[in-house]
Amino acid sequence: MASESNSVSSTLNKEKQEKAMKVFFRKCKEQQALLWMTVPFVIWVFVFKYLPVWGWTMAFQDYKPAISFSEQEWVGFKHFLFLFTDERFLGVLRNTLAQSLINLVLGFITAITLAVLINELSNMKFKRTVQTISYLPHFLSWVVAAALVSSVLSIDGIVNDILMGLGLIDKEILWLGVGEYFWGILGASEVWKNVGWNAIIYLAAISMIDQEQYEAAKIDGASRIQRIIHITIPGMKSVIVVLLIMNIGYILEAGFEPQYLLGNGQNVEYSENIDVFVIKYGISMFNFSLATAAGMFKTVISIVFLFAANSLSKKLGQGGLY
Amino acid sequence: MRTKEDKIFDTVNIVFMVILCVFMLYPFLNQIAISLNDATDSVKGGIYLWPREFTWNNYEHVFEKAAIWQAILTSVLRTVIGAGVGLLCTAMVAYAIAQPKFIFKKSVTIIFIMTMYFNGGLIPTFLLMRDLHLIGSFWVYILPTLISAFNLIIMRSFIEGLPNSIFESARIDGAGDFRIFFKIVLPLSLPVLATVALFVAVYQWNQWFDVFLYNSSNPNLTTLQYELMKILQNSSTTSSGDMASAFANSASGDSNMVTPKSIQATMTIVASVPIIMVYPFLQKYFVKGMTLGAVK
Repeated sequence: MASESNSVSSTLNKEKQEKAMKVFFRKCKEQQALLWMTVPFVIWVFVFKYLPVWGWTMAFQDYKPAISFSEQEWVGFKHFLFLFTDERFLGVLRNTLAQSLINLVLGFITAITLAVLINELSNMKFKRTVQTISYLPHFLSWVVAAALVSSVLSIDGIVNDILMGLGLIDKEILWLGVGEYFWGILGASEVWKNVGWNAIIYLAAISMIDQEQYEAAKIDGASRIQRIIHITIPGMKSVIVVLLIMNIGYILEAGFEPQYLLGNGQNVEYSENIDVFVIKYGISMFNFSLATAAGMFKTVISIVFLFAANSLSKKLGQGGLY
Repeated sequence: MRTKEDKIFDTVNIVFMVILCVFMLYPFLNQIAISLNDATDSVKGGIYLWPREFTWNNYEHVFEKAAIWQAILTSVLRTVIGAGVGLLCTAMVAYAIAQPKFIFKKSVTIIFIMTMYFNGGLIPTFLLMRDLHLIGSFWVYILPTLISAFNLIIMRSFIEGLPNSIFESARIDGAGDFRIFFKIVLPLSLPVLATVALFVAVYQWNQWFDVFLYNSSNPNLTTLQYELMKILQNSSTTSSGDMASAFANSASGDSNMVTPKSIQATMTIVASVPIIMVYPFLQKYFVKGMTLGAVK
């Protein structure tokens, strides 16, 4: 009885499958134009974005460029073990986290403050001018930005001139030559470059706030500051939460351009982060396996963080990135 | 209506904004002043917003070099070709995944979005470029960044927002997807196309790392940003280099000499002026794209 009904259902299943296949192929034919539009780029994305992941195997080998894959020597977790016992790499890890955290905190506070203050400007022309000027550094390359930063901080740059003029220091400071200052310089550079741009999203959130709330508060005698604290900032709350969570997901992605361009022999103990480490070991010293191991470590941790951040954001009802 | 508190707040706020603008603009204006000031004189310091001994000498010196023209050519080419090709490819895929009936809508979308989360990393990507024989080629600037998932999502959201009835009536008239894409969707998507074109163009213009990585030994594929990066890396953190060369200049009595400091300032201006000229006029597209991408 049971086997009979099984065979009946299996033939039914087969028929269903065949039918589904037919429908599928018919649809493919119908939509062949859409397929022509996407298939070349799906191949592209596999070659340029997915295929390199295969290169992670290098992290478990003593990779030598001259010989084929099958001839490579497998060494297991040797490179990872080396990294986590290497004092230099532990310093690199500390720098990555410290730089990210400083950027995160400074970036958030400054962008939110700027958005609130721009929103309070009543002269539309002035408001637009301020916004335009505040975006400017975002469009400059990091090479240009680094050239500007190093010039401002040079011995005869304006920072030293002002501090000397005010009598706060009695000798010019070589800012980029003192490792301890690097995190602060990096954080300030990031703020200079991106604060205007990052404020855009908060301004968009503020513009969604119901204007009647402000009117009502005014009638109730709420002061300007009170209105900011009780209406504007709560109005940005959901955007702040989403961006905060997503940024925590990107905590290991501190970027490499400013660190690489502003870094030098004197500040290397504070400037070198994972990405710069990978460039130095991989490109300058040709230690492909060790560099790949470090890069792979960063990417894997980042993926975990990002997915955690994304699901946390969804759980809080704020909507994820996808 | 305005209370005393309002007036104080507004004044403080406006003063703050003016300071902010100075903070944003000063480094740039300072470099303009140094680039227009006599190189030997700049070494003495004290140049802020205005050149003390005005000269075009630094610019003449920079534009005399053959390398700079090669760098300008490559920078312009990669910006124009990168934005053009990237735009067309991104728009095409965006159109396809915006079609509700497309059978691979979901899988193609996911395949692209996944690339926002991981990458193979520096070394594997470098080796791939080597295996594809892209090192030493111009196309290494264009091909690896053809489509960015972020731009794809911005465009898809825009196309999804177009009224469906347009597509329906075009289909009833017998138009195929390519025809609809080129004749209807592209013309209707101009605002988002402008946004994405600008994102790509700015990215391409500002990129220096791929030149450093793949074409550093290829002088005919150098770019402005890379040339500036080399100058930046060569100049030491102290100004002693400037001093030494400046003294050498005054000793030889040649007033046409330049210093690393003035060359760096001049190159900084040359490498950023195109962007500075363009962005104020196009910023509304940038802002639109930024908010559109974030809403998703």
